[in-house]
Amino acid sequence: MARLSLLIDVTKCSGCYNCFLACRDEYYDNDYSPYSAAQPLDGQFWMQIKEVERGGYPKPKVDYIPVPCMHCEQAPCIDVAADGAVYRREDGIVLIDPEKAKGQKAIVSACPYRVIFWNEESQLPQKCTLCAHRLDEGDKQPRCVEACPTGALVFGDLDDPDSEIARLAASRKTETYHPEYEVSPLVKYLGLPKRFIVGEVVRRDVPGECAEGVKVTLEGSGLKLETRSDGYGDFEFDGLEKNTDFLVGIECEGYASMIIEVSTQTDVDLGEIILEPLK
Amino acid sequence: MAEKAFTSCTNSGPVSVYVDDGKIVRVRPLVVEEKDFKPWVIEAGGNRYSPPKKVTLSPYVHAERRRIYSDERLKYPMKRVDFDPNGERNPQNRGRSRYERISWDEAATLVASELTRVRDTYGSSAISGITSSHHNWGIVGYKMGPFGRFLNLVQGTPVLDNPDSWEGWHWGATHSYGFYWRLGMPEPYDMLTDALQNAEMIVYWSNDPDSTRGTYSGQDSALWRQWLKEKGVKMVFIDPFYNYTNAVMGGKWIAPRTGTDTAMALAIAFVWITEDTYDKDYVAARTIGFEEFKPYVLGETDGVPKTPEWAAEECGVDARDIRTLAREWAAKRTILSGGSRGGEGGACREAYATEWARMMVLLQAMQGLGAPGRSIWGTTMGAPNDTTRWFPAYGEPDGRMSSAAKVAKYIPVNPNPQRLWRLTVPDAILNPPVDWYGEGFCGKSLEQQFTHFVYPAPGCSEIKLWYRYGGSFIGTMSDTTKWVRMYQSPKLEFVVNQDIWWNSETAMADVILPACTNFERDDVGEWAAVNGYTWHASSGCNYRVIVREQKCIEPLWESKSDYEIFALIFEKMGLRDEYTDGGKTEVDWVKGFFDASDLPKEVSWEEFNTKGYHIINIADDYEPKPGLRWFYEGRPCDTPDPGNPKRVDPEHWGELGTFSGKIEFASESLKQYFPDDEERPVVPRYIRSFEGYLTPGLYDKYPLQLVSPHPRFTFHCHYDRHTDWLDDIPVHRIKKDGHPWWPVRINPEDAAERGIDSYDIVRLYNDRASVLCIAVVTGRVRPGVVHSYASSALYDPLQPGRPDSVDRGGCVALLTPSRMLSKNAPGMTPNSCLIEIEKWEG
Repeated sequence: MARLSLLIDVTKCSGCYNCFLACRDEYYDNDYSPYSAAQPLDGQFWMQIKEVERGGYPKPKVDYIPVPCMHCEQAPCIDVAADGAVYRREDGIVLIDPEKAKGQKAIVSACPYRVIFWNEESQLPQKCTLCAHRLDEGDKQPRCVEACPTGALVFGDLDDPDSEIARLAASRKTETYHPEYEVSPLVKYLGLPKRFIVGEVVRRDVPGECAEGVKVTLEGSGLKLETRSDGYGDFEFDGLEKNTDFLVGIECEGYASMIIEVSTQTDVDLGEIILEPLK
Repeated sequence: MAEKAFTSCTNSGPVSVYVDDGKIVRVRPLVVEEKDFKPWVIEAGGNRYSPPKKVTLSPYVHAERRRIYSDERLKYPMKRVDFDPNGERNPQNRGRSRYERISWDEAATLVASELTRVRDTYGSSAISGITSSHHNWGIVGYKMGPFGRFLNLVQGTPVLDNPDSWEGWHWGATHSYGFYWRLGMPEPYDMLTDALQNAEMIVYWSNDPDSTRGTYSGQDSALWRQWLKEKGVKMVFIDPFYNYTNAVMGGKWIAPRTGTDTAMALAIAFVWITEDTYDKDYVAARTIGFEEFKPYVLGETDGVPKTPEWAAEECGVDARDIRTLAREWAAKRTILSGGSRGGEGGACREAYATEWARMMVLLQAMQGLGAPGRSIWGTTMGAPNDTTRWFPAYGEPDGRMSSAAKVAKYIPVNPNPQRLWRLTVPDAILNPPVDWYGEGFCGKSLEQQFTHFVYPAPGCSEIKLWYRYGGSFIGTMSDTTKWVRMYQSPKLEFVVNQDIWWNSETAMADVILPACTNFERDDVGEWAAVNGYTWHASSGCNYRVIVREQKCIEPLWESKSDYEIFALIFEKMGLRDEYTDGGKTEVDWVKGFFDASDLPKEVSWEEFNTKGYHIINIADDYEPKPGLRWFYEGRPCDTPDPGNPKRVDPEHWGELGTFSGKIEFASESLKQYFPDDEERPVVPRYIRSFEGYLTPGLYDKYPLQLVSPHPRFTFHCHYDRHTDWLDDIPVHRIKKDGHPWWPVRINPEDAAERGIDSYDIVRLYNDRASVLCIAVVTGRVRPGVVHSYASSALYDPLQPGRPDSVDRGGCVALLTPSRMLSKNAPGMTPNSCLIEIEKWEG
């Protein structure tokens, strides 16, 4: 037994799309039956990149989330497929049988991640196979991982304690993409974007100088964080939960303290926060 | 049938090509035997940094298979239906008329007879032509080989290239620190080691290395920047666009208005001078002219102190942020990353960009340029690299079949004294005479920049026959509707276009000749290597990889290699033997270059030819010699830069390439040649753009500044359009109603004022042109600036053949100005471009 999977470090992904293009090169017009039928020209993204832009000028953040088939341990596509058309191999890879799956469009809509695509011409559901045909021939990794320039994609056996993926999974706080789907994906993530609160502290009486080292606190939802503004007067709290109420406190000697109520419905840029000098 | 693997190389990395039954089925990063890699190790801060045993490619190379089999391939020789060489030529219909298929024999006969007719009627100076850069890779087939040999043999008029990616550095920075032998770029040696061991901060000023990738070195350097980020090196990005490197690195984003960077640079100098935080010993010992520069900065010469508050008015960045930037720069060991190769970047392609590039050098000089962690470094070159083994590359005479004395028995010499300047070719054809200063890539001396050229040259003819090869400029040069007008001029009696794909200029020709890709012919090339004016560019890669580019498949349709096409034309002219050097095949040339190189010392021809690649690893006793450390320490140059003529001269071997040998705050070369030039003065100066923020008469009408940098998902205009998989990358193109639109990025404030939402089709316009794009409303651009990449390969006028037509291909270069950097510096200025945008209702 094994659990072959990907660990995707979003903080290392530059959005270069090498993985998407390498995948398409492997599968477009190439039939690897019984692993997979040929990928058509349009509409299939076995490895897709979701660009997430948060905040805006002058303090935006941009992340790229590579999203392949999650090879779920409780895969709804397997449940919905008739005739065993979708199955899990002993190594954990979930495959669609291109013969048996013919005409079974329900397999596409069963996937909450929407990473199964319908091939209109051949009437087939299709998706990422983790390059099972290559692995079975002795290759060490899928094409997407081979093409990744930054190490954002790590491939291996989660059950092999000596593998890089298992070591990372053990030592870092891995996350599930959309855990609310409750389908136990084998594909894990690091650094999925959450909410941030940023701002710039400015002192009313010295607008030409940045306010460095000002104490900024964040409280709410059981969380209590403290930071200092940097050389530009900027501060940042990242990795916050969505839809949560917080209080941002700003304390600077000689200036009136401030408390600002903030809610993370979206990412929040408080902009210039002007500190008034104490008389 | 069993798959067979071949090796090849691209402009962004080496590949393995899998062929089944004569068809390419897969293109992977080169598959290398593990034992061939000996990764280097850099020790820094208690860590050991070492690259993985792999090569990383630029994204589009993964779509190479699609490009090879593209529907946009030129499949057969063709002639314009209303072109009759013996009757009506109808030049006015270029860009409008259809084409009919003709045979290779007809095509070659027609081209040969026109070459002969024009030469006999007007003289050979009436023949000219130009190539694009890097639509394929390999020294045998590269433009300077087959095309260079062709042009020399017909004794045509060469077109001088402008340094389009690094104008300001070429025409400006060279006068501050020399390096003319690198066309204005700093030497890159062991800069990665220096950065990992010493840097505390990197200021990326107009630099997005994650997108421009060291030009040809794929994505190997992405991991270096990752290491630097993980090490805690502070990252600062100065760019009106929150670029892709910024996105993955984080750090501080400072967004000046386009065209105002020089003001910010002067304010930084002001802070250092007034707070006494610059390296006075270095300035005294290693530079000249500071006493002329300092009073200008302080406002003693013009009454305007260059304070952060003054700069803030110009550039729209808070004075306090400029102050902090200056202080942190002085306090931390800071690398200035002024473009992908150290120098480059959009800020060097705008009005008076010489001044920005000069200021970049001078700022770093004030902090001791060459000291540990105080370099100018683009972050994309300078890995440990074996420089003791030579393999020819396209940038040097010995790397071209047109001039390689070590390989060719016969080298045709072109005595034609006439020259054209790429940027003004259409002006030269339409409205001669034209003149300019500068001998193209001025890599032999600073004086080359002051040579005056006039077209037509005395005793020479105007151009009558134009031979266009491999690409298009409509998406990459400036004010490019003039190229369309040029093609429709009756002055051009005959136009040939030789290319692999349909490009924007292809349908402007009278005869079209289909060439094949380097996957369909034999070649050889080193990954990322240039030599010539960019020695050791392969240090942008983790390994030196020399690839035997094998013929993977037969040429598709009726295409032929460029070499064979020229040989066929010369056969009709009775010059085949002269062209082919006595009947050499392409494999003969490959073998010739191999034999002339240092490779036979390491590997046999048989092994190299069969295995398909050879990797040169660094020696076990490799000693890093960081660029310019010798200059900082006042020693003779110890970097292995073959272009540096002073390093072998004991009287000058510790000097830079300036007239004084030092860094020049007041330029001796400009003082000698153009002492009264107010636009590139002896001491650099901030000059408001001729087309920018508040430009009288323009800004009211066109209040948005268009910045059009080098693209992320196409190389020049290569790959875009011919590689439709890329249309599924929304950063590159966005499909709407069946058309792949080119994105324009606009700030939410500016979009709201104009009622524009994301994915609206919008018209970008000014007095020069109208271009349709798809809007992306984003906080990644500052208000007042819109961002859209240059290099769309699709010029798609709604009214074909009409230079005044609205384009829906996304060629934003149509909008950009013809005006040069300044009156004596003939570089392009696409980022000095004012436009307005409106929702397009069709």
